[in-house]
Parts: sequence; C-alpha cells; structure tokens
Amino acid sequence: MNSTPLLSVRDLRVNFRMDKHTNFEALKGVSFDIPREQTVALVGESGSGKSVSSLAIMGLLPKENATVDPRSQVLYGGRDLLRLSGDEMRQLRGKEISMIFQDPMSSLNPVLSIGNQLNEILMLHMGLSARQAQERSIALLEEVGLPEPSRRINRYPFELSGGQQQRVMIAMAMACEPKLLIADEPTTALDVTIQKQIIELVDALRRKHGMAVLWISHDLAVVGEIADRVIVMRHGEIREEGTTRQIFESAKDRYTQALIQCRPPLDHRPLRLAVIDDFMADGTIMDSSKEEAVRGLSPNDEIVLEVKGLNKEFVSREGLFGKRVLRAVKDVSFTLPRGKTVGLVGESGSGKTTVGLTIMRLHEASSGEVLFMGQDLLKMSKKEQMPFKRRIQIIFQNPYASLNPRFVVGDILMEPMRIHGIGANDAEREKLARQLLERVGMPATSFGKYPHEFSGGQRQRVAVARALSMKPDVLICDESVSALDVSVQAQVLNMLQDLQEEFQMSYIFISHDLAVVKYISDEVIVMNQGEVVEIADSDEIYRNPQHAYTKKLLGSIPRGWHAH
Amino acid sequence: MNAASNASPVYQASPGLWTLAWRRLIADRVAMVSMAVVGAFLLLTLASGTGLIAENWNDEIAVGYAPPSIFGKPDISGRTKMSKHDDGAAVNAYPGTVKDPLAEDIAELKATLGGGTSASPSANTALDTKDDIDLGDGLKVVDPIGPEMAEILATTRMSTEQSRAESLLFGADKWGHDVIKKVIKGSETSIFVGFAAALVATLIGTLLGAVSGYYGGWIDDLLNWFYSIFTAIPYLLLILAIAAVLNQKGVMTIVLILGLTGWTGIYRLVRAEYIKHSTREYVQAADAIGASNARRMFVHIFPNVSHISLVQLSVHTVGFIKSEVILSFLGFGVPVDKVSWGSMLGEAQNELILGYWWQLAAATIAMAILVTAFSMFTDALRDALDPKIK
Repeated sequence: MNSTPLLSVRDLRVNFRMDKHTNFEALKGVSFDIPREQTVALVGESGSGKSVSSLAIMGLLPKENATVDPRSQVLYGGRDLLRLSGDEMRQLRGKEISMIFQDPMSSLNPVLSIGNQLNEILMLHMGLSARQAQERSIALLEEVGLPEPSRRINRYPFELSGGQQQRVMIAMAMACEPKLLIADEPTTALDVTIQKQIIELVDALRRKHGMAVLWISHDLAVVGEIADRVIVMRHGEIREEGTTRQIFESAKDRYTQALIQCRPPLDHRPLRLAVIDDFMADGTIMDSSKEEAVRGLSPNDEIVLEVKGLNKEFVSREGLFGKRVLRAVKDVSFTLPRGKTVGLVGESGSGKTTVGLTIMRLHEASSGEVLFMGQDLLKMSKKEQMPFKRRIQIIFQNPYASLNPRFVVGDILMEPMRIHGIGANDAEREKLARQLLERVGMPATSFGKYPHEFSGGQRQRVAVARALSMKPDVLICDESVSALDVSVQAQVLNMLQDLQEEFQMSYIFISHDLAVVKYISDEVIVMNQGEVVEIADSDEIYRNPQHAYTKKLLGSIPRGWHAH
Repeated sequence: MNAASNASPVYQASPGLWTLAWRRLIADRVAMVSMAVVGAFLLLTLASGTGLIAENWNDEIAVGYAPPSIFGKPDISGRTKMSKHDDGAAVNAYPGTVKDPLAEDIAELKATLGGGTSASPSANTALDTKDDIDLGDGLKVVDPIGPEMAEILATTRMSTEQSRAESLLFGADKWGHDVIKKVIKGSETSIFVGFAAALVATLIGTLLGAVSGYYGGWIDDLLNWFYSIFTAIPYLLLILAIAAVLNQKGVMTIVLILGLTGWTGIYRLVRAEYIKHSTREYVQAADAIGASNARRMFVHIFPNVSHISLVQLSVHTVGFIKSEVILSFLGFGVPVDKVSWGSMLGEAQNELILGYWWQLAAATIAMAILVTAFSMFTDALRDALDPKIK
C-alpha cells in the first residue's frame, strides 16, 4: 500500500476581510495529512476554522473576501490544489474529491427530481448516456440505503425525510467514486437514530470503496465513533492531533480535555459540568465537578403543574372541502413538582415542542387540562390568564431568533416588567434589569447593546434573564442549549441548575439530546409521534429502559471512543 | 465566525438600525448628491409655501409668451398682445426703440439760443419738452411734435414691465407670468401632493397590511378580497370615480385620490412581512411575556418592517409626483387658481404647436431632476437600510 498521504495540507493560512479595516484570520497556519482509506476528523467549536479548512481544500472559499496566504499548500497527487485553475479544480471536484453538507435540503435543488440531479453528475463527469446514468443512479440510491430506489428516483427533495435527503446527498457525492469524501457536519441536523445510520453508512462506503473521509464535526462523541485520527482545532489553530485512542484516552492538550469533559456524561452526574475556563485558566479542575448530584423525585414533592390528557390537532385545508388532521400531541399527561426538572425527549416530529407551546397557550390545545396550582389554564379567558402568564415562562431554542433585533438588552428585560407592573417605575426596573444581567453572568455594559452584538451563549443568557424578570414558577426550556457550542452549553446548563436551586423553579426541559436531558432531569418523558411512550425516573430510564423505542433511542447515542 | 465580533471592544450604548443606516447613507456619494438635490427642492417648496419667494407668481409682468432671455436678447416683434395694464393698446415698438426724432435738434437750438440767459436745462434731455425757452419779443423755440411725442413716450414708459421680459430667464406664459416663478410654485404643489399622497397611501397600506398579515384568517380573507376589488378596477376609472364622489377640485382632493388608490402595493408587501414575522420566535416570546396583540404588532414587529414602509413611502412619493402631473395634464388635477407641473404641461400642450416651448421645458426639467434624484435617493436608502440585498 502506498504510504504517502492522499492529501497534505501545509501551513494553510486564510484571511477574511470583514470590512475596510478589519481582517479576520480564520486559519493561522494549519498543517495535517489525510492518509489513504482512513477517516480523519476535524473537531472544533464554531469559529475554529474547521469548515474553512474544508472549503479551502475544495477551492470553494468566497473569492471576494477570502485570501489564502501564498505560503500555503494543499498537496494532492503531486499537485498543489491552491494553484490549480478554475477549470482544473472543477475537473477534480466531484470526481476525485466530493463533499456533503450539513443541511441536505438547501444543498439539493428543490425544483429538480433527485434522479435528475444524480444523472446530471454521472453524465457530466463519467460521460454516461442517459440510460446508463439512470441505471447507475438507481444502483447508487440502493447502495446508500434509500428504500425502493427505482420508485423514489423521480421524487423531489421535499418529498423525502431529512435522513433520506442526506442519503441522496451521499449518493451524489459517491457517484464518481471519489478518493476523498469531505463530510461537513453531515449529521448535525438529523435525529440521533438517523445520525447513527448515516455514520454507519459512510463508514461502510469508505471500506467498500477504499476512499478517505474528512469528517468535520463539533461533536467529539460522534467523531469517536467514526474517526481513525482526530484533529482538534480552536481559533484557527490545531490544538492537538492524534489517533482517536490517544485523543480520548490520553489527551495532552487542556482544550481537548475540556471538550471531552464539557459534555454531560451518561454514566454519572457531576454536580457541575466542567467548562473550558476551568481547564484553560490554571489547570486546577474544580473539585465540584467530581461531586455527584442527586436527581430524582420524591413522593412528598409539591405539584406545581399538572397536565391531563392534553391533545393538539393541526387541521390543514386540502382542496375545496378536504381536511387533513395531524395529531401532534396525543393524550399527554404528566406532573411537574416544584424545584424539579422533567425532561421531554423525542425525535423531530414527536410533538415535544408542541406540548411546551400548548401549556403556555402559545398554541391552543384541542382538548385536555393544564392545572397550574389546581387552576385550569386552558379554560381561562385571555384576561383571566394574564396574571398566570408570568408564572410560566419559556426559553426558545434559537437565541438568534427569540430576541427582537430592534430592542436593546435593557428594553428586552424591562418590557415584561412594564407589562406585569413589576417595579414601581422605570428607574427601579432598570436597577432590577441590571441585577438580572449580573445574575446571568453578563457584563453591565450589555444593557445598552443590541442582541446581534452577542454570541449565541450570551444571547441565551439574555433570554434566561428575560424569563427570570417575571420570577416564574415554571420554566420551559425548549431545546434551549441545542444550538450552543459544547463548552457554552455546559456553562448555560450550570447556570440553569444554579438558578433552579436559588429560585426553586420547576423546569420542563425539552431536548433531542439524550445526554443533556439525562444530566439535568429528575424525571424523563419519552415521546414518539405525539404519544408518551415511557415516563420514568431519569437514572432508571437510562439504566433500564422498558419501551422498545426508548431502547432504540438510547442505543443511538454516540458514545465516543468507549463504544468501540 | 463569531470570534471576530466577540473580540470587539465594549461600548456603553450601541448604534441602532437607523444610526447604522444613516452612516451607510452618508458614506454613499450618490446618496449624498441626490439627497442634496432633493433637499434643495424641499427648501424651495418650503420657501414658496411660506411666501418667501414666488408669492407673486400670478402677476402678469411681461408680454405674453415672452421668450426666455437666457438664450440672448429676444426678438419680440410680432408679439401683439400686452399685459392687460395697457388696456390692450397695441404698441409695436419695444421700449428704448422709441426716439424723439427732433430731440437732438431742439436741444441744440436751445443750447445755442438760450446760452447764458437762463438756467439751461440739460441739453441731452429729450423729454424736456414742456418748458420752451422764451427768447423774448414773443419768440419761442417750440418743439412741434412735443406733445405727441410726450404721449408716445409715456405709453412706452407705462409698459416698463414689458422691459422686464428681457430679464425673464425662462420667458413668460400666455398671460405674461414668469415661468421660473411658475415652476417654483408648481413644484410646491407637486411635491406637496406627492408627499402627502404617499403618506396617506403608506399609512393605509401599512395598517391594513399589518392587520391582515398578523391576524390572518377571515380578517386576511376580507382585506384580500377588498384589495382584489380595488386592483381589478382600471386605475384611471377609479380615480375618476373618486373624483366624482369627492366632487370638488383642490389639492387635498388629489392627495386623497392618489392616497386612496395607491396603497395596494404597500399593503401586499407589508402583509407578506407581517405573515413572515408573526410566526418568528421573538414574537412568540413577546406573547409568552404577555404582550398584547397591538403591542406585538406595533412595538415588536413594526420596527422590524418599518424600513419597508419607509422605502415604499419614498418610492410612492416619486410615483405620485408623476401621477399628479398626469392627472393635472388630463384636467382632473389642481384648480385653475393653482399651478402645478402637470397644469403647466397641460398648458404647454397648446403652446407647443405655436413654438412656445419654454414652459414645457422648464416644468419637464424641474420634474426630471427631482424625480431622478429622488429615485436614486430611494435606491440608496434601501441599500442603507438593508445592506444584504444590495
């Protein structure tokens, strides 16, 4: 076997011009090799430069504001890819090196059938006739595990599920049997069970076709499942590189250690999650992270919220008289004790988010009861409900969307106080708002700033502060940490736990991330297609799942290196 | 790439959307030039509106159709009609061309004969016809055509306004009104109509669009139905119908006509934005904290779509200035005692055959400059407010 690497990146430096005066150094001299027939993973948080590396290899950097340093080299088969002309690069792309992206829906052309899009590649790069291309396309779709490929080949992208779309993307990438497949966060938008299938599929294809894979991900656990070698990046630099075993078992770099520790572990529950600062500052990891927290319900808990037989149907008109009823939530019942957390897990479409929105009456329920301290919120008029509104609050998934971009942070925090008459006047409210900012760990200067000036984690803190301004009894966290980087996620989770203890709030924690839910919840509710399939104590459910779906879900959690 | 923005230094208060848009606008050279032009027009309008300039545009200060003097000394022979101060007296001559043919001789006579005896009047004064010099012995130097000449000269002096026709850079109209003053007064009407009508249309369109897009359901259906009916009727027919209903001519009538017919496009745009925004998470979050519908619509969503209304206001101002011209041209526009660019063009319709082109040219140039500048400003404004779509 040839021992020279398939592709070598040497001293890759990429600069982005942000505006006239500011430059952003996305890559500060990165060098690594991709050996033949192996999987190399690039791991890092947002802004680490992992995606920029892959775009530079593919020659897809935006020309108008990205500049590659003349010293940089990307060597492939004796040629420097950075020096190739546009035409030469196009020859290479798709045929020898191909790429799959995070969001298959936006990568596929919505107005062409998947067959059309596949055939086009085959006819263009492989010079096949239309008939040959069609046959080959069906074979490819079969290979990537799309059920009934000869029927589905004429479907349009929107007719397929997210997982199926990603399979089509992989089929397109595999069409010309590339030597290198670059996978940029290919499973991030997918459910865990689908994620597992895609990981297995890519690995099987790699073995079968003898190609190399460059797998880009923010999730070390996923990477541990698939990679032979791992490269950890941060701020445009490589922090550590090694075999997957080395990285997981004896990471030398503090940042790598931190990344591994920040994820909530499945086998135990530290009182506090490690955050990157613990590792980066002086290296003395706080002892509290070794202490175990105890979670679970006790029968004497005071019940704050009780949901009984909740149903939600979405009715969509079809044709002139036709109606289609989608039952998003079917007969869901649970209780929420004071100061405890109930976790709501399920895959997309399971109805978990709808449950949260219906409890708050952001959607009107079709039937059922939501008893808050014994009073049914769903039967109240809007006016009667008003005093109760502040007592149940919600934090949404996407902090970029849930804060009004035209409001400064101060207004965001003071508005609910004005509506509910908290604080005697604006001066007092401002004082309260500043205290809240301090409480969620935001600098006092953020009071006069707009949301877009903050990072995702900081915005989520503002959203938490807004909810806190009304001193709620129940806080619904709808995928509140899912969009955050692992290290930031740990910080926000720690903060949520502290606040729960301080204010004795009850949480309904909605997430697709089983590890996070396990960590923060006392009780876990597993939902599938609108139905509750299992409710149990959180330790119990992970130790001893009863329902088949729960077992499948838990079996799909990426467990990193240890699973090998 | 958040790393870059995270590294920026901490400021106490941050610039909002409008401040940033303003900065982008100032940095845009085209925007600044067009803004200066529009600003100049607005100042002109303001000055004429408050009566600082062009207040006496209605004075008939020159001969009818006095040609523009900007292209050299005009040839006015053949223009018979005078302003009505002269009771229609026909004077074929031009001031300055009338001369007393005997004046020089008489003056000479007076100088030689009466030298030293009495205080000699200025020898050059041709008009000095009254005091004939008494030579004694009943002899007098008499100007034989003196009285007639005096009358003729007086007539020409009475029409010194006529002489000002020479200084009318852009000439005069049929009644001898200064075309420049007319254009200024006309721009006052046109710009006011444009702005006011655009304001009415934007207000109606934004309000209905907001309600329709935010609430959806039967309210949306109803308003859409209303919208469809409005757009189904031919534009001019609709304008005539409204004009008939309002049944009076006037600037405010035109404003109402244009405003009431012009809101439809804005309605569609704003409605679409409200549909998009009303399901956004920040609006749900506002619902969650207990904000009322009106609050969500106008305090939360409106600042996020207001730039669209503003750009539409700007676009429609240009459009309505043009519409006003068309309306006045067709005769449905401003009343006769007012002047607008449209009524000027309407008058020019008949003048053009006779070769009196200056009224048409003046109104057209003024309108073209304003409309072009305003359109460019609108483009720059849109770019400044939404740099992404540039």
